[in-house]
Amino acid sequence: MATTTITKTEPLVGKRIRRREDPRLITGAATYVDDIKLPGMYHAAILRSPHGAARIAALDISRAAAHPGVVAVFTGKDITGVGPVPCGASLPGLRVPVHTILAQDRVYFVGHPVAVVVASDRYIARDGVDLIDVEWDVLPAVSDPEKAIAGDAPAVHPEWPDNIAFHHHQENGNVDDAFAQAEVVVKQRITSQRLIPTAMETRGVVADFQTGDKALTLYSSTQVPHLLRTLIALMLGLPENKTRVVAPEMGGGFGSKLNVYAEEALMGFVAMKIGKPVKWIESRRENYLTTIHGRGHVDYFEIAAKRDGTILGMKLKLIQDIGAYHQLLTPAIPTLSVLMMPGLYKFQNIRAHVVGAFTNCVPTDAYRGAGRPEATHGIERMVDMLAAEIGMDPVEIRLKNFVANEQFPFSTATGLVYDSGNYAAPLMKALDLVDYQGLRAQQKKAREEGRLMGIGISTYGEICAFGPSPATPAGGWESATVKIDPTGKVTVMTGACPHGQGEETTFAQITADELGIPLDDIHVIRGDTAIVQYGIGTFGSRGTAVGGAALYFALQEVKAKLKRYGAMLLESDDVSYQGGQCVCNKTGRTVSLAEMSGASYRAMKLPPNTSPGMQVTNFWEPPNFTFPFGAHIAVTEIDRETGAVQVKRYFAVDDIGNIINPLIVDGQLHGGVAQGLGQALYEQAVYDENAQLVTGELMDYAVPKATMVPWIESDHTVTPSPVNPLGVKGVGEAGTIGCSPAMVNSVVDALRPLGVKHVDMPMTSEKIWRILNSAQA
Amino acid sequence: MIAQNFDYTAPASLAEALSLLASGEAKPLAGGMSLIPMMKLRLAAPDQVVDLGRIPELNYIRHDGGRVRIGATATHHQVATSTTVRSQCPLLAATAAQIGDVQVRNMGTIGGSVAHADPAADYPAALLALGAEVTVANAGGSRTLSIEDFLVDTFTTALEPGEIITEISVPAGGGSGCHYQKMLQPASGFAIVGIAVQVTASGGVIASARVGVTGLTGKAFRAHGVEAALVGKSAAGIAEAVAGIADGVDANSDIHASAGYRCQMARVHAGRAVAAALAKA
Repeated sequence: MATTTITKTEPLVGKRIRRREDPRLITGAATYVDDIKLPGMYHAAILRSPHGAARIAALDISRAAAHPGVVAVFTGKDITGVGPVPCGASLPGLRVPVHTILAQDRVYFVGHPVAVVVASDRYIARDGVDLIDVEWDVLPAVSDPEKAIAGDAPAVHPEWPDNIAFHHHQENGNVDDAFAQAEVVVKQRITSQRLIPTAMETRGVVADFQTGDKALTLYSSTQVPHLLRTLIALMLGLPENKTRVVAPEMGGGFGSKLNVYAEEALMGFVAMKIGKPVKWIESRRENYLTTIHGRGHVDYFEIAAKRDGTILGMKLKLIQDIGAYHQLLTPAIPTLSVLMMPGLYKFQNIRAHVVGAFTNCVPTDAYRGAGRPEATHGIERMVDMLAAEIGMDPVEIRLKNFVANEQFPFSTATGLVYDSGNYAAPLMKALDLVDYQGLRAQQKKAREEGRLMGIGISTYGEICAFGPSPATPAGGWESATVKIDPTGKVTVMTGACPHGQGEETTFAQITADELGIPLDDIHVIRGDTAIVQYGIGTFGSRGTAVGGAALYFALQEVKAKLKRYGAMLLESDDVSYQGGQCVCNKTGRTVSLAEMSGASYRAMKLPPNTSPGMQVTNFWEPPNFTFPFGAHIAVTEIDRETGAVQVKRYFAVDDIGNIINPLIVDGQLHGGVAQGLGQALYEQAVYDENAQLVTGELMDYAVPKATMVPWIESDHTVTPSPVNPLGVKGVGEAGTIGCSPAMVNSVVDALRPLGVKHVDMPMTSEKIWRILNSAQA
Repeated sequence: MIAQNFDYTAPASLAEALSLLASGEAKPLAGGMSLIPMMKLRLAAPDQVVDLGRIPELNYIRHDGGRVRIGATATHHQVATSTTVRSQCPLLAATAAQIGDVQVRNMGTIGGSVAHADPAADYPAALLALGAEVTVANAGGSRTLSIEDFLVDTFTTALEPGEIITEISVPAGGGSGCHYQKMLQPASGFAIVGIAVQVTASGGVIASARVGVTGLTGKAFRAHGVEAALVGKSAAGIAEAVAGIADGVDANSDIHASAGYRCQMARVHAGRAVAAALAKA
């Protein structure tokens, strides 16, 4: 025990601290699924359907099975004991096709797994795939969701000839009255095209069945290791306590790994059958064909307003391209779009009708933003179109309809309660940053010179921190464990399974501040169900907003326990915990965290009603979602000769509540904007009429490269969330959600002198050139 | 993304390489920017691959006999940054600098690119505009062809089985009046259209012009009619002179650019390329 003066350490929360995980990630020292090499491991390759729809008339594996090095081949008839790929979402009347892990007698999309070849190396396994003889009875397919439900399309699933997966209806207020009273109604069909998530690391699985213990370890690139464990155990008929899932280092997920895939169960099945470890690493072609896609909306919007710009109500008919099956959350994604349909605006009359359309394509599911980019794109386009229709400035119409500061917590037309907000603040800050009046003057001059310059504003709102458990399919809480070793080193175990978002740094910052210890004394662990307590996962911008809050409460408990040991060691009732030590308020004597923790394990003496050890686990249930918001402004100019859209400047002012680490937040926003820009300008999953994926490679699917992304000027306003003690709201998807409407609004603004009212994404050069041609004609 | 089994040899000399390739069965590998992806997708499945990347005598850039001579395995980066190329045939350096991305330019080679004859590759436009010659060799000897004779059709060249490109040469003293103007396919980085222009001029009037076009149709070509029309034109006459660049061309069409759009972009970018070249002449 020492008597030293306590030095008040500067808080780390709020500081631009470099990500602690980056050195190993950028020096090749990290372990991804494909880096895992187990003794005696075999390799799997999968035969996949080359057709959008076909009957398997004959399937002969004999040549593959006889190929030297091939140890096993399994087909649909072998996997009868394995449960189907689960759909975790439920809606009234939802049609759920049975999604077996290998096709039975029919395939439903290009890439549909048909057989798996297991061999001594991956090259032989792949050769084996070419040696399987299949006689296909090719059937007509449909890839366009609107055509699929038009009544005369081929049936994706013969049992449901109308191709309708579900209807979902939500209505609030009096929509008919709102439209009857309207002085102006604007209608527009808006598409949000199918996108391919394109994580840099494709999926991959290593399955290891310990035959002695009858226990399975599954290494998988997944955002949700615990949910995967539960569902894989059910699919394979294994006890969950004999099933372990490890999510090693991950090269991105963006929602595409918030799922349970056929291949995950298939590798578990293979490992159990052959009694040896087996590895499957998804190729980029497979990734494009079989990992979920995002978006895939055709939206028919109608907005009703008064001539003074007051929005009265909105109608939406949403056609969601489902694909051939439901993956984990497929049918839930468009319902999120409906929830966020009112955006930041206070109108209370909405009517939304969602139709899920089966197509012979890979299923859609959550991709960065998951339903909210589509909703935001819709409302922000419609508000802009309304402003143009009544001759109002797009800023003014937004300010007129924003939920007012004094209305929070605000109950929306779709039944949500927005936690906190100051919607004008980021917009005004952004306008100030861009010198909005100056820009409009520049635009006027440009138009006089015949140049096409556009200024596009989007004021987005989003729903984050998923979420209260009653509103989620599998629990919306999160967990954290804080354990302090006898030597005083601290381990944080988060159930949130962050996978690149930077929580190894931000959670250490939170812990360092709460315990008053250096960052280097803290180790953050995630991703292994054998080590980490049950958790939900990282998706829906929930890692810090829910997982961080769980950590905060665990830290309070551990601090209280430390303090009890401190009081015992200091033999005083009047102690306080600060700066990594306990201090006696009377004598000024201190004990260090290591001394307190050590005493708890040595346990020579225990404080009253206190157990030995220094470990606390907290499961935290959030009382609500959080609702970040912000304003993005894109300034564009269009090349009249080529149709190319050039982003001259891009501004993002986001309000994501309190900020733990501004450097990481900037990175999240920049990456988000890049993906939003990809949708706005370049990306589109194109299926042809036979449901062949035309954009099946990075040679044809245009993910924006660094040189294609503009400099992003960003700033923040801070409106803390009352939902969690950290006051954070979530930032993972904000950039993506804010970007695409700002871009389209900007391009439409540029084209306005030509009478253009709407442009669908992606706004490729040729598309704009065609618009220019027809407008000039 | 997993290639079929193949034998791999990395000879240290050209003679050894030509001997290995003599049967015509083996596939030569240079930078691997096209062959490796094709093998991974099993669009190509050679039994034997002969890696030319370890042959010092194929990697050089020198100014010799009035020509800039470039060994087949010179990378795009080497060509783009070579002081010889930049001073003696700046058009080629400018073109090489626009190929793919940094990684591609560090790996990809001029011989590999030209031998692959991708209709959207960048080099052919500049090589046509510059009057390049291609030297090819097999175990029996070597021959030199003009680039126009070398490029036969889409992915098809005058190379006989067992032959490889050893050198590509262009006349030195190409002059500063040049420009390579490329419209990128946003996913692949290949040219939707690429226009390479070399002009000489006096008092702002074009005295001679050579125009190479890539990406527009099945193989790169020289726009002879446009070249003739440009002579005697000043900046104001360029647009009219290049208007016929796509006349009679069977233009490519894909999800990235329809035939009509490609033709119009050829006209637009030809105009821009010539204007830029003229400004530097």
